[in-house]
Amino acid sequence: MKLLWLQASGCGGCTQSLLGAENRSGVFAQLADSGIELLSHPGLSESCGDESLSLLQAAADGLLDFDILCVEGALLRGPNGSGRFHILSGSGLPMIAWVQRLAVRARYVIAVGTCTAYGGVNAAGDNVTEACGLQFDGNERGGLLGEDFLSASGLPVINIAGCPIHAEWVVDTLCSLALGALGENDLDALQRPRFYAEQLVHHGCPKNEFYEFKASAQKPSDLGCLMENMGCKGTQAHADCNTRPWNGVGSCVRGGFPCISCTEPGFEEPGHPFMETPKIAGIPTGLPSDMPKAWFVALAALSKSATPKRVRDNAVSDHPLTVLKKPGKK
Amino acid sequence: MRRLTVGPFNRVEGDLEVTLDIADGRVASARVNASLYRGFEQILLGKHPLDALVIVPRICGICSVSQSATAAAALADASGLTMPPNGRLAQNLILACENVADHLTHFYLFFMPDFAREAYRGCAWHAAAESRFKATVGDSLKEMLPARADFLRVMGYLAGKWPHSLALQPGGTTRAVTPTEIVRLLGVLREFRRFLETTLFGDALENVTALADPAALAAWADGRPSDFARFLQIADDLGLAGMGRATDLFVSHGAYGAGDDHLFARGVWDGSVEAFDHLKVSEDVAHAWLLDAAPLHPLQGETRPLSGEFSDKAAAYSWCKAPRYGGRVVETGALARQVVAGHLLLRSLVAADGGNVKARVVARLLEIALIVPAMESWVRALMPGQSFCNQWQLPDSATGVGLVEAARGALGHWLRIERGKIASYQIIAPTTWNFSPRDAAGTPGALEQALVGLPVGESESAPLAVQHVVRSFDPCMVCTVH
Repeated sequence: MKLLWLQASGCGGCTQSLLGAENRSGVFAQLADSGIELLSHPGLSESCGDESLSLLQAAADGLLDFDILCVEGALLRGPNGSGRFHILSGSGLPMIAWVQRLAVRARYVIAVGTCTAYGGVNAAGDNVTEACGLQFDGNERGGLLGEDFLSASGLPVINIAGCPIHAEWVVDTLCSLALGALGENDLDALQRPRFYAEQLVHHGCPKNEFYEFKASAQKPSDLGCLMENMGCKGTQAHADCNTRPWNGVGSCVRGGFPCISCTEPGFEEPGHPFMETPKIAGIPTGLPSDMPKAWFVALAALSKSATPKRVRDNAVSDHPLTVLKKPGKK
Repeated sequence: MRRLTVGPFNRVEGDLEVTLDIADGRVASARVNASLYRGFEQILLGKHPLDALVIVPRICGICSVSQSATAAAALADASGLTMPPNGRLAQNLILACENVADHLTHFYLFFMPDFAREAYRGCAWHAAAESRFKATVGDSLKEMLPARADFLRVMGYLAGKWPHSLALQPGGTTRAVTPTEIVRLLGVLREFRRFLETTLFGDALENVTALADPAALAAWADGRPSDFARFLQIADDLGLAGMGRATDLFVSHGAYGAGDDHLFARGVWDGSVEAFDHLKVSEDVAHAWLLDAAPLHPLQGETRPLSGEFSDKAAAYSWCKAPRYGGRVVETGALARQVVAGHLLLRSLVAADGGNVKARVVARLLEIALIVPAMESWVRALMPGQSFCNQWQLPDSATGVGLVEAARGALGHWLRIERGKIASYQIIAPTTWNFSPRDAAGTPGALEQALVGLPVGESESAPLAVQHVVRSFDPCMVCTVH
């Protein structure tokens, strides 16, 4: 399958993350071996200037066949709907016009990263650049291509949301497409591949014992659970970050900082400081999404009173103060 | 006189267009256009100051940690906070990991593929360059990409992930390491060192950093089967040392350290080292698609994009502001950093030819060889059981300045907090310095000057000499147009 990659208003971080895919021969060889041919990528291809532009032109005119269009970065419609905030250099045309022309030619259209899927951090604040995603504008369906857009395969835009994406979310999606093994039923309601979006960041959280006892961190670098005070949304955020490690061994919570639910539309404007948990009467407002609230509060109260001293002490330290003793020893 | 517009300019980070006026087969003048506006300085207004740690790394996915470190430094400055030794060491390691990974990415993915081009077939070195460095398929990528991914485990251990970590805080880092993790980090660095010594350099890192002058470098490289030596052979054959001279006024914010104590010193090189004074920095918008204002220091600066008729400001041709130091055009990056820091080889390369394509690439690779041993010593100096992070207190009103070195050079954040919120946030990124447009006096930016005089072949639509010079700066356009 032939892959065309465009970079819209993004940071390039999804490409950087993709390059870190853990494979014995590197990600290019991995994709090539899986039948994916990289026709053009602005950060990686040899071509430059006219060579690149004529390739894009041919693809847009239907003279050059390609299968997959990956777009990385938010689509800037501003100012005043003109798209002038992002001209594809050398072409004199707004990037949004190029994306619209190429999307209708593609068998599959992939939004790489939350910016491309939903608007992302570029849409934060007053969204002066009128940033949106390919088929969503935040939570609202629509976006640049419109609610009804279907690529030639009959699939809507595939949203590999994440800020940035995990390399293997993209690799697994591309390889599944190459195998013909990704259909509409494999996407969730926000059009994300279910293989990673039907997990919660909470699954496999290394702070599970602290969570069970609501033994909470109070400041950065504390070992305790990050949910009660530090703004962690791991119990609500859809992604497999703690069962699919980042950079071989990591994840946000493994790094000691909260999940900010970067795979979700609107994560960029949480309505509270990112590293503080909003509370009403001392109770966090964002509780696990599919658990009855009253039960959560009751269980939390109960588990807090049952917290072992070891867990309580260690929660507010950056290294274990009290060690786990063998049963029966004092 | 003919005019040539080169774009989309691939294998640079972000969107770049270069317009060249050509006379007698040479570039007579150049204009550099950053063609994307992203609006981050506006997004940050009114936010909780610590939210900057979420937002600014997302300016750039390749300088992500550099942006975090600079925001953390500005926030620490605003409240007078210092870091415990572990926090400083961990931040150094995280930043060093990004900078070294970026240098490696630049060399193998962005810069070297140009020498595999068809236009160079016939050169003695072309066949080797093609098999080794051809974009996306060269053999070197099968070694370099796995080595890079393994090296980024440093991020997995210390920063959770890369890019876009929240581990860097004003008071240190969020992730204390255990004694076993120190053992594993040393293992990661040992394996990475082996890749560098086998593949990139073909010699011990310490032997590379000891090279002190061009003659020693040439003798060392002669016949050596390594990627660095392959580059040097190509550079000398194509005369890359004679290409791409800018102003030879070099600025470095100082790298890896705190205050006045850095592994690579802070300063300005103007034939000799002078102290860097951030109060001499100003930004000019005369040729940017921004509402007119006098040149301002970044603490007074503002960012107001044009939104109506762009033709009202006919002189504008970029979203990039024009930063100046004491009114002058400067160059920043690994070469500037090593010249200011006093590395003998880079000073002698610059003494011979001024800033140039070859020296910029040599500086990056030499820096890899300098930083990895420093990383080994920082890992050994970590003290498990002692604090990694001091707690930050929100000041009601304050100003803060963060000055850090990203891989690409001097990165500065200037912020003002009023009533507990961000009231102003101004960023000057390395490529804002290097790829600035003209200022009100009409003085071209560093790249614009470096391109003048380059040869352009009759049939060339994207002149190779221009491409080499542009990429020698390792531009990051997404940072530029934050």
